[in-house]
Amino acid sequence: MSRARRLPLLLLACAAAAAWLLPYAWMVVTSVKTLPEIVARPTAPLPDHLDGGAYREVFATLPVARYMGITVFMAVAIAGAQIALALPAGYALAKLRFVGKRWAFGVVLACLLVPSQATFVPVFLLFAKTHLINTMTALVLPFAASALGTFLVRQALLSVPDEIIEAARMDGASEWTIVYRVLAPMLKPTLVSLFLVSFVFHYNDYFWPLVMTTDDAVRTLPLGVALLREQGTGVRWHIVMAGNVVLSLPVLALFALVQRHLVRAVSARG
Amino acid sequence: MNPRARWHPWAMLGPTLGLLVVFFLVPIGVAGAGSLFSWDLLTPPRFVGGANYAALAAHGELLRVALRTLGYSALVVTGTMTLGLGLALLLDRPGRFFAFVRASVFSAYVVSWVAVALLWMWMLDGNAGVVGQLLRALGAPPVALLGDPDAALPALALVGVWKLTGYAMIVFLAGLQDVPPSLLEAAALDGAGAVARFRYVTLPLLAPTAAFVATTSLVTSFQAFDVVRIMTQGGPARATELFVYAIYEQIFLNLSVGRASALTVVFFVLLLAVAGLQLRVFRTRRGER
Repeated sequence: MSRARRLPLLLLACAAAAAWLLPYAWMVVTSVKTLPEIVARPTAPLPDHLDGGAYREVFATLPVARYMGITVFMAVAIAGAQIALALPAGYALAKLRFVGKRWAFGVVLACLLVPSQATFVPVFLLFAKTHLINTMTALVLPFAASALGTFLVRQALLSVPDEIIEAARMDGASEWTIVYRVLAPMLKPTLVSLFLVSFVFHYNDYFWPLVMTTDDAVRTLPLGVALLREQGTGVRWHIVMAGNVVLSLPVLALFALVQRHLVRAVSARG
Repeated sequence: MNPRARWHPWAMLGPTLGLLVVFFLVPIGVAGAGSLFSWDLLTPPRFVGGANYAALAAHGELLRVALRTLGYSALVVTGTMTLGLGLALLLDRPGRFFAFVRASVFSAYVVSWVAVALLWMWMLDGNAGVVGQLLRALGAPPVALLGDPDAALPALALVGVWKLTGYAMIVFLAGLQDVPPSLLEAAALDGAGAVARFRYVTLPLLAPTAAFVATTSLVTSFQAFDVVRIMTQGGPARATELFVYAIYEQIFLNLSVGRASALTVVFFVLLLAVAGLQLRVFRTRRGER
């Protein structure tokens, strides 16, 4: 393409980059300012000097390490359970012949249509009755099985030839060995994508931990950071933005590392 | 293939089916039943028939919440699709620079709604927000977007568009890979210009992708909650009270399980209507491949 035609395209691309990167930059810049600076010159593009006060305040107000630990534990538990359960379920739906299969698959498909926003009222009441509010169980158990994960594993297994399973059976492998040792490695790209998408979704999730917790016992990091703003009076935006940086950095770092997997997983649904 | 033992399929499916039924299917039924009772979580539930629905409909609240949610979704869907398609066309080029811009746009989809909502709340802040200050510097009158009943919902939609455009772009980019270069070359040889090639070759081939993006974004934005809870709490003057937030308010602020359940049922039925549309689109898309 000629230079003259390429220039406007480059400019437009730069504008797009600016529209998405400048807000992040503003978040970081605000987080290293001091309160008097923000009050006096709220739009100053650069801080007078790098001030770590906002970060000290975040770590003093919130048990960041504990919240982060709870959040990561929860997200890993959910993503791990989803894969562990989706493998045998997807195998049965893709490969085994049995009475009631259409019915079972129908349940999985039906659940694809039900978001947690439509179930939280009854589930909250159930957990309240069983004294499970404010427990890790309330955060993990409802998502331990994934309809989407089961569906995708089934789809991926449909293209695996039966001969592989038959050969493994001849060799005396148990069904569990076939599922977890023979088939799982073959589905590695699908499983990695599933794990990452699920991990990122639940690490970020605000809704479910919000409605299933009332105290600090299993509070997750997104809730803690949102509280930074609710607790404060007046302009504490440098502190809130510092919390935002702490919350977003791990996910953005993960995104930088495994971008290809995440992009593939998202576009593969299309 | 035949299972080695009759119970094998059910042992394999058991945990998944059990959890899905308990946490996704049964709750819908329970919400349906609960919507017929009046219950404040303290005194015993009382059967009231359709009174919860009648009360919600009578004040016109139900209709307003539904229309508001649809309005927000319409803004988000049109915004993300237009920008997503435009960016996909612009950035579907080789080179590190374009890859970097694609990653930048998509990164917002990966970051938490909490972080995005708080960041935009700060940028849109009426006093010190950078957006308002810049507009003021350009001579525009001062506005507190989130405090203005007419502007708050579009402002939330703007945040939704910023967050979700990357998703639309990525799916459109995948769709563009299905457009055979030979077709575009043939059209070019026949004298079609860039605009004509887009209009008569690319766009028709992207139609199924567009339908898919439209329905998935519609379902996503229909469930919006985080932006409302964090940025406006439904205000000002209920201007941003979307469906899921209305359910949340009914159970946790009004302690009205019955009304919350009734709202849940209506929310789910509307969502099914949208999802039904999605399934049809999905089928036609499969058929065309």
